[in-house]
Amino acid sequence: MSDISYIDRSGEAQFGDFVALLKPRVMSLVVFTAFVGLVVAPMPVHPFVAFTAILFIALGGGASGALNMWYDADIDRVMRRTANRPIPAGRVSEGEALGFGLALAGISCVMLALASNIFAGAFLAFTIFFYVIVYTVWLKRRTPQNIVIGGAAGAFPPMIGWAVATGGISLESVAMFMIIFLWTPPHFWSLALFMKDDYSNAGVPMLTVTHGRRTTRKQILIYSLILAPVAVGAAFTSIGGPVYLAAALVLNALFIRGAWRLWRRDEEVAQAEKYSAEKRYFYFSLLYLFGHFSALLVEKGLGFFGMGGW
Amino acid sequence: MPITQTHELHQRRFSRNLGLGAVLLAFVVLVFGLTVVKVNRGDKMEAYDHQPRASVLPVAPEAKQ
Repeated sequence: MSDISYIDRSGEAQFGDFVALLKPRVMSLVVFTAFVGLVVAPMPVHPFVAFTAILFIALGGGASGALNMWYDADIDRVMRRTANRPIPAGRVSEGEALGFGLALAGISCVMLALASNIFAGAFLAFTIFFYVIVYTVWLKRRTPQNIVIGGAAGAFPPMIGWAVATGGISLESVAMFMIIFLWTPPHFWSLALFMKDDYSNAGVPMLTVTHGRRTTRKQILIYSLILAPVAVGAAFTSIGGPVYLAAALVLNALFIRGAWRLWRRDEEVAQAEKYSAEKRYFYFSLLYLFGHFSALLVEKGLGFFGMGGW
Repeated sequence: MPITQTHELHQRRFSRNLGLGAVLLAFVVLVFGLTVVKVNRGDKMEAYDHQPRASVLPVAPEAKQ
């Protein structure tokens, strides 16, 4: 009965491996945008209920992360960036990840519905369905449009936060959705520009692989141009205001300028410079999103002093 | 049947079990906290249970105060 001790002990799944299945870094974005969506809504939410709601929205996002890692384990084994995830590294079995993800998905939706309202819980369930089935299973391996449509899954959290407070959907929550939805393609395509080998090895139809890098650069510019009026336009809804408008104008101008530079860039020059401008654009895109949602928070905060909004 | 022998597995999974214990404890605290908040707020504590009852009818806003 001692044969079990011959198995390499370093392979034992620790608590941290199950946390890693939840994609904590993606979760931080979910927590932040859901928090903003909940806070800027006109109805006040009890702080403890708000905390619980955001916790379970994050857990639902984590559950979809675990289910994504279960389905994509074969791709993750091939890509350098993901080869050390718990399943490809052999610390967690695929079945464990599936069970873990399904259980957490159920718990998070039911608990969100009980803590806030049924609509928010159902919305979270739909988001998990959208990310796991629509994006991961149907689109990711079939079409270069995968992240355009799949980006919707990442854009739902502020709408869920808003639904926790109001129990519904409105123009403001759709505006927050559209900002993240239109931001996702340039964000990920700029990543794909400097991570090219990985995606082609794994056979994921990234735009850079299927339509070439020239087209990708053009698409980044197109999306940044569509995004700008939406992001600036959100300033004129009930959650916007002068501070948000100023932040949106600056951030969008910089975002378009960056996209313009990427579009003008020659492929050889980019490669010679080790894709420094592409990397900078990618990191700026994170700041871009953070900036917009922070500005919305600032407007809400100023509102308590009678200064927020128009 | 109680576990009388400590297997090597018990040490190996100690941190994992400790973590799970903490998560479950936190969950209990969370549900209790939610209950306290909802009771204090005067939320409806009963749902429809196959028989019409006056206590589950929505309260008119003026009667609440």
